[in-house]
Amino acid sequence: MARPFTPKVLTANHLLDGDVVYLAPGSRLTRKLSEAMLIEDESTAKALLEAAEARSSVLVGPYLADAIRDSDGRPRSTHIRETLRADGPSIDIL
Amino acid sequence: MYLYSEFDRTYVRNRVRMFRDQVDRRIDGSLSEEEFKPFRLMNGLYLQLHAYMLRVAIPYGTLDSRRLRQLAFIADRWDRGYGHFTTRQNIQFNWPRLKDVPDILDALADVDMHAIQTSGNCIRNVTADHFAGAAADELSDPRPVAELIRQWSTDHPEFTFLPRKFKIAVTGSPNDRAVTRAHDIGLRMVHSKEGQNGFEVIVGGGLGRTPVIGKVIREHLPEADLLPYLEAILHVYNAIGRRDNKYKARIKITVRETGIDAFRSRVEERFRIIRKEFLGADQQVIRRIRDTFAEPDYVQAPTAAFDDALRRDPAFRDFANGNVHRHKNPDYGIVSVSLKAHGRTPGDASSKQMRILADLAEAYGHDELRISHEQNVILPHVHRKDIPAVFAELSRGGLGTPNVGLASDIIACPGMDYCALATARSIPVARDIAVRLREIERDVGSLKIKISGCINACGHHHVGHIGILGLDRAGVENYQITLGGDATETAALGDRAGPGFPADELVPAIERLALTYLDIREDQDESFLETYRRTGLAPFQAALYPDAVPKGRGGHPERSNDAVS
Ligand code: SF4
Repeated sequence: MARPFTPKVLTANHLLDGDVVYLAPGSRLTRKLSEAMLIEDESTAKALLEAAEARSSVLVGPYLADAIRDSDGRPRSTHIRETLRADGPSIDIL
Repeated sequence: MYLYSEFDRTYVRNRVRMFRDQVDRRIDGSLSEEEFKPFRLMNGLYLQLHAYMLRVAIPYGTLDSRRLRQLAFIADRWDRGYGHFTTRQNIQFNWPRLKDVPDILDALADVDMHAIQTSGNCIRNVTADHFAGAAADELSDPRPVAELIRQWSTDHPEFTFLPRKFKIAVTGSPNDRAVTRAHDIGLRMVHSKEGQNGFEVIVGGGLGRTPVIGKVIREHLPEADLLPYLEAILHVYNAIGRRDNKYKARIKITVRETGIDAFRSRVEERFRIIRKEFLGADQQVIRRIRDTFAEPDYVQAPTAAFDDALRRDPAFRDFANGNVHRHKNPDYGIVSVSLKAHGRTPGDASSKQMRILADLAEAYGHDELRISHEQNVILPHVHRKDIPAVFAELSRGGLGTPNVGLASDIIACPGMDYCALATARSIPVARDIAVRLREIERDVGSLKIKISGCINACGHHHVGHIGILGLDRAGVENYQITLGGDATETAALGDRAGPGFPADELVPAIERLALTYLDIREDQDESFLETYRRTGLAPFQAALYPDAVPKGRGGHPERSNDAVS
């Protein structure tokens, strides 16, 4: 049985610097997960992913990542990998 | 030190020029990512979690001050002021921008370095004993052989599209510091009964998803037969290695599925055919290479300053006992510089630290440096009289940690802080274990802890005395422990201890292992590994899982390689 759709954010790496980016409202790109658009239905998610795949001069490897809405209404990751992508390395850099 | 010819220089520059053009075309949209990706990977450029990562080959871990300073320059000019030394004796820059990479590659070419064959299904950077050319126990310096293999394997037309990546390691010492038994091909220099120089050739070792200790395919291969024999192995692997399933494509699976004896017969058959084609050019080349690896001009001077410092300074004593190894010239020492300061990222060096190391190599070390697969930097030739001064300089630069070989000298792969393939973090685990065990590590003595952030095992966890593998359990990190692994000439894969630990329970669990060892060792001379071999898993398992109900009469450790087929 197909798994029920859960909310997503659309994310990719930026072509020029590899930065993690998210799709924000109005087709804008943001580097902050908290500003990303939380996509709550499957057909929109699919359409946005197709559109992102067509933006290959800016986006590398776009995909949909699970997210939830936190208490102040902003998207938050549900997986450690996405948390690290959003926040950067968890360690002090020399 | 290896020397580029004009041909090499032109070749590397041309590759940079081509890549510059490919980058331009990617940025202006004329190449898609699908088209561009193979080009960038062929130039060592990966896309990781947060940024691009450039992996630069350090041939068999050998550097000089000029090259190390250039790496420091690159780190400052185009990255974030540091580099990460890896278990493949390479350096990785974690934050380059795409448009800068051709400039970085040009800067590398300025010092005869490149990033070619640091990715893809080809023969990767050949690794070697990091004490090469200096070790007291060495039969012969393995670096000329590694250099010969490097020249032969660079852009070898037959081997640029193998079933999978291919790693070769060489050691010239009976004490294996190059992990030769966990490589696709391991070469150990040996003397035959008649005293003839040659190699024990080991094939089909490897870690990763399916860890295998390599098997001996030839007990004694005469030196002059090396390249044709390697070519024969690669040829057979290229022909029969599986290409239908990436997880079964490494030579270890080919050897296992074919059987070592049948595989050997095929190799020997091929060898007989191609041996005739090697007319001696390779032997001329290796003679020329040997000349460029001449021994340093050793200084003759009294060593009293070393003995004085030993008597006077307890901090120096710790350093000398742990970080200084026996050199073949008794007036010299091999100085291992730890990149494992407690609480720091294993293998990271700032540009400032790289410059300190370059200065020290120049002033006191015959301008030689090595990167070890254990992610430390080696000054292979330091006169004993100079070691106190070297230690003082290192300490000023945050590089004097006297922990080589101890619990905090941990191998850790980049894990999920950087790596796109990771299932869990490695670096914070290493940092926290190092800090936690600091007080007892001298008492514990030799203990190799190795951590990987996924089953690819870049952190060599299977061959750690304590191995830690980070996994993803429904979006949460979980760590599996193996015990009793060994990376040396007595290589062994660790035994899986039992269920994994969540991140917050892991460090206390590792501490319990160390304390248990202190409790049950026969005496201070019995190392962790020896104790483990004597007692088996049971007492350590009891320490790890104090609340567990004993399982019947079982008690048989689960081998870490049972889980994979
Ligand atoms: S072991 Fe896995 S996480 Fe670690 S560097 Fe290798 S691929 Fe990345």
